[in-house]
Amino acid sequence: MAPLSTLGTVNAPALAIRGLAMTRGYRTLFRDLDLDLAPGQVLQLTGPNGTGKSTLIRLVAGFLRPDAGSIRWSPLPEELSPGEWLHYSGHHEGLRDGLTAHDNVCTLASLLGGDPSRAEAALAEVGAGPLAELPVEVLSAGQRRRVALARLLAAPRPVWLLDEPFTALDRDGQALVRRLIAAHAEAGGIVIAATHQPLDLPEMRHLALGGPAA
Amino acid sequence: MNESRPTSWLQLANPAVFNRWADRLLWPLVIATTGLFAYGLYGTFFVSPADYQQGDTVRIMYIHVPAAWLALFVYAGMVLSALGTLVFRHPMADVAQKAAAPLGAAFTLVCLITGSIWGKPTWGTWWQWDARMTSVLVLLLIYLGIMALWRAVDDPLRAARAVAILTLVGAVNLPIIKFSVDWWYTLHQPASVFRLDGPTIHPSMLKPLMIMALGYLTLYLSLLLVRMKTELTLRRIDRLQRLAAEIPGERA
Amino acid sequence: MKAWLAILARDLRLARRVGAGAELGLVFFLILVSLLPFAIGADQRFISRIAPAFLWLSALLATLLGLDRLLQADEEEGVLDQFLLAGAPLEWLLLAKALAHWLVTGLPLSLVAPLLGLMLAIEPQAMIPLALSLLVGTPALTLIGLIGAALTVSLKRGGLLLSVLVLPLTVPTLIFGATLVKEAALGRAFTTPLMLLGGMTLLMLVIAPVSAAAALRHARQ
Repeated sequence: MAPLSTLGTVNAPALAIRGLAMTRGYRTLFRDLDLDLAPGQVLQLTGPNGTGKSTLIRLVAGFLRPDAGSIRWSPLPEELSPGEWLHYSGHHEGLRDGLTAHDNVCTLASLLGGDPSRAEAALAEVGAGPLAELPVEVLSAGQRRRVALARLLAAPRPVWLLDEPFTALDRDGQALVRRLIAAHAEAGGIVIAATHQPLDLPEMRHLALGGPAA
Repeated sequence: MNESRPTSWLQLANPAVFNRWADRLLWPLVIATTGLFAYGLYGTFFVSPADYQQGDTVRIMYIHVPAAWLALFVYAGMVLSALGTLVFRHPMADVAQKAAAPLGAAFTLVCLITGSIWGKPTWGTWWQWDARMTSVLVLLLIYLGIMALWRAVDDPLRAARAVAILTLVGAVNLPIIKFSVDWWYTLHQPASVFRLDGPTIHPSMLKPLMIMALGYLTLYLSLLLVRMKTELTLRRIDRLQRLAAEIPGERA
Repeated sequence: MKAWLAILARDLRLARRVGAGAELGLVFFLILVSLLPFAIGADQRFISRIAPAFLWLSALLATLLGLDRLLQADEEEGVLDQFLLAGAPLEWLLLAKALAHWLVTGLPLSLVAPLLGLMLAIEPQAMIPLALSLLVGTPALTLIGLIGAALTVSLKRGGLLLSVLVLPLTVPTLIFGATLVKEAALGRAFTTPLMLLGGMTLLMLVIAPVSAAAALRHARQ
C-alpha cells in the first residue's frame, strides 16, 4: 500500500494577506503585513517569543479576527464552509484523554471530513501504529504529538498550519515532520510552520516577525 | 474570510473625547439630581396625601417604584451596550456595560428592600412570594451573575463579550421568567394579599412619583459617568503597566 | 452529519470511560431523594405533597453535574479549535455535545424518577406525568447549562460560577415542570404546563447553541 502522505495531488487555494494588523493586550504585534503563498509553497515563521507567530497562525486559521486587513483564499470551491480546507495543529494536540489514540484519530478524521477507516494507516505512517489501542493519557509528549500528526493524513486538506510542529519530538519524529511537509508541498499543498528548527527544504519562504522591520 | 472593521469606530471611542463630554455633563447632572430629589422628597413627605387604607406607609412607594423602573431601565441600557460590544465592537460599549451592572443591581436591591419594608405593615410579613417581588428577585440574581462573570474573566475584552452574550440571553429569558412567575402566582395565590399598586393612581401622587423617577434617572446617569471614567482610568493604568513591563531590552 | 455523529459517539464513549456517566448522576439523584426525609421528617403525607417539587429540584441539580467540564475539557486540549475547522457549523456540533450530555443525565433521570417518586409516596396517577415532565423538560436544562458551560469555558474554577449563571435562567422550566406534576397529582389536566415545558425546550434548542457558539468564538478572540 502506498504511504498516505504521497497519495495523489492536492488542490490548494492561494493565500493573499493584505495590510494585516493585530493587537494583543494593548500591544501591536504587526501591522501592514502583506503575504502571498501559492500552492506548493512552504512558509517558515520565525521570531522571538511574544512576537505573534501563534497569533498569525490563528488569524490565518480564522480563529481570530484581525484589527485591520484581509486574509483571502482563492479560488475556493463554493461548497466549502470556512476553515474546511485548513488543518491547524497548535500547542494543544486536540486529543482527548480517556480515548485511545485510534479513537481520537477516528473522531478527528470524521470531524474534519476525512475517512475514519484511514486512521490505522495514518497512525502507522507517523510511527504510532503500536500505540493505536492505548489511551492517549499514558503516552509521552512526543508520542502524543505523533498521534496528533496522524490526522493530517487521515483527513487530507490542502493547507496545513503548524504551530511549533517539532515540540517534544525526537530526531526520528522531527525527520518525519520534515518528510510530511516536503511531501505535502510536493503534492501542491500549502504549509505554514512556526518553528525555529531548520526545515531544510529546497524551496521555502521565510517570514521573521518581531524584528525592527516588522 | 477575515474582513476588517472601519477604523472610524476607534475615533468615536476615543477616551479623551468621552472624558471631555463626561466632564461637561457630570455637574449639571449632579445638580439636577440634588434638585429633583429635594423637590421629590418634599413632595413625598409633605405634599402627597396619605393613603386612606395604608396611611403614611404609602409614601415608601415614591422610593420603591422608581427603583423598580430603574432596575429594568438599566438592564435595557445594558442590552444596548451588549449589542454595541458584539456587533460594533465598540470599546465604550464594554465600559458602559461594566459600569452599569452594579448600579442596576443596586437599584434592584433598593426595590427589594423598600418592598420588604413596605410589605411589613401591609402584609404583616417582611417577605411575601408575590409575583412582582419574585420576578425582581430573579432579576437581582441575573444581575449578580453578570457581575460575577465580569469579575471572573481577567481579560477585559473577553469579559465584555462573554458578559454581553449573557446579558442578551438574560434579556430573552426575562420576559419568559416574568410570564412563568406570574403564571405560577395565579396558581398558588396566597389567601390574602394586599395589592401594592392599585391600577389607578391619584394625580397628587403621580407628580412626586414622576419627579422622584427623574431624580433616580439623573442619579443613575451621574453615577454611570463617574464609574465609566473610573473604569477608563483603571484600563489606562493597566495598559501603562503592561507597556512598562515591555520596555525593549528588559524583555526576557 | 458524519461529524455530528462522531462527536455524539465520542462523548458517549467518554462518559462511559471517564465514569462521569449515567450511573453517577443517578446515584446523586438517589442520594438527594433519600436525604429528604432526614431533613423534614418521615411524615408520609407531607413528603408526598412536596415530592413533585423536590424531584424536579433534584433533577435540576443532577443536570448541573459535569456541565462545567462539558466544554472545558475539549477547550483545554484544543479539540474546540478542531470543531471550528470542521465542515459543520459549531452550533450544530454543540447540539451533539448537549444531546450526549442529556442522554447520560436527563434521560436516565427521567426514566428512574417514577421509582423514586414511589419512595416519596407520590400519587400513582402522577407517575407517568412525572417521567413525561422530566423527559420534556430536562433537555431545556441541559441546553441552558450549555450556555453557562460556554461562558465559563476558560475559567479554572468555573463550576460554581456556572451554577450562579445558569440557575436563575432555569426558573421557568422548574415552574412548568413542577407544576405539571403537582396538577397531575391532584388529578387535574396538565396540558398547559406540558405545552409550556415543551415550548421552553424548543426555544432553548434555538437560543442555546447559538449563544454558546458565539461565546466560544468570542472567547478565543
